[in-house]
Amino acid sequence: MALGLYSLIEAALLCVNAIAVLNEERFLSKVGWATDTVSGFGEQPGMKSQIINLIRSVRMVMRIPLIIVNTITIVLLLLFG
Amino acid sequence: MDIPSGYVRQPAEQRRRQPRPDYGGGPTPLFDDTSSPGDPATFQNQQQGQGQFYGGMAGQQILSDPMANMAMQYGSSLATQGKDVMEKHIDRFISISKLKYYFAVDTTYVGKKLMLLLFPYMHSNWSIRYNKEEPVAPRYEINAPDLYIPVMAFVTYILVAGYCLGTQNSFSPELLGMQASSALVWLILEIVVITMAMYIMSVVTDIKTFDLLAFCGYKYVGMIGVLLGGMLFGSMGYYLALAWCSASMFFFLLRTLRLVILPDASHDMVSSGGNKGRTYLVLAIAVLQPLFMCWLTRHLIPSQN
Repeated sequence: MALGLYSLIEAALLCVNAIAVLNEERFLSKVGWATDTVSGFGEQPGMKSQIINLIRSVRMVMRIPLIIVNTITIVLLLLFG
Repeated sequence: MDIPSGYVRQPAEQRRRQPRPDYGGGPTPLFDDTSSPGDPATFQNQQQGQGQFYGGMAGQQILSDPMANMAMQYGSSLATQGKDVMEKHIDRFISISKLKYYFAVDTTYVGKKLMLLLFPYMHSNWSIRYNKEEPVAPRYEINAPDLYIPVMAFVTYILVAGYCLGTQNSFSPELLGMQASSALVWLILEIVVITMAMYIMSVVTDIKTFDLLAFCGYKYVGMIGVLLGGMLFGSMGYYLALAWCSASMFFFLLRTLRLVILPDASHDMVSSGGNKGRTYLVLAIAVLQPLFMCWLTRHLIPSQN
């Protein structure tokens, strides 16, 4: 497979977009991955709570940079194919 | 960073012609200048003598034009400022001082480590003797990871891949770049996946990202061996070399990572659940390497006819 650095960047951008799109109250609560249920300070965080925390932090932190990077990528792709 | 700047500044500051201070002062130097025939002091004098000779020729022209002199000094001070600013900025992402330790290797270390990577079955003591605060320079400890071998092996792999493509009459310079970026992308993906797995399984280890980069970069040594075997002995040689290098890399990584990621028996605070996750992680890392070795070399070997 001829992967290049641009492919990696695009794939990473798409993956982060996918994580950022998971809405808290419409989807995650229904699946059972809501963040308000996992707030205990247990000894072991466990895999599920780690993933939930990861999703929540990605959504919170990457919201604004994602807007910027997405806009730049869309413009570049429109201009240069 | 006294050594490079000292040698670079020599021709630029010919006016002062001061004797350079001996760089051996301070804490134990990380890099010995083993390339000189004599001791470092004579090498420095030779360098200085050469610099003075060149400066003598050019100095007359430069001295006669004070404007050019001032411009040169201004340029050199700008360059130093730019270097400082860049170092300060880069230091936020990659700590350069820690990076220096990974390149502090010497010839005997490289030789022994290469032997170890290709034939790790005779080695008995896999533990790393060092204090936890600072990383150990690989020169003093053969089990320490380094970044010199992975970088050199990566470049050599690209060159050997180009040669393989050339023997099949399908070489073009763009392919070299594509090979390089493809291998780099897989390496980055591997590191990211392993780091995320370590975070999700909440495995807290001593292993740093550069160590992980070093361990994942050791497979390029095996890939070079596999490519050479495939070129010299056809597809049978390719599979044999692949089997041998895969087994060696698997064994090497198992023994090395077991001591880094798995805790000792003396720790009682780590629960047994964490142990199982760590064991799986070590196994996964060790299994990924042969898979990548096969994946990244398959398309370079001429298929059997």
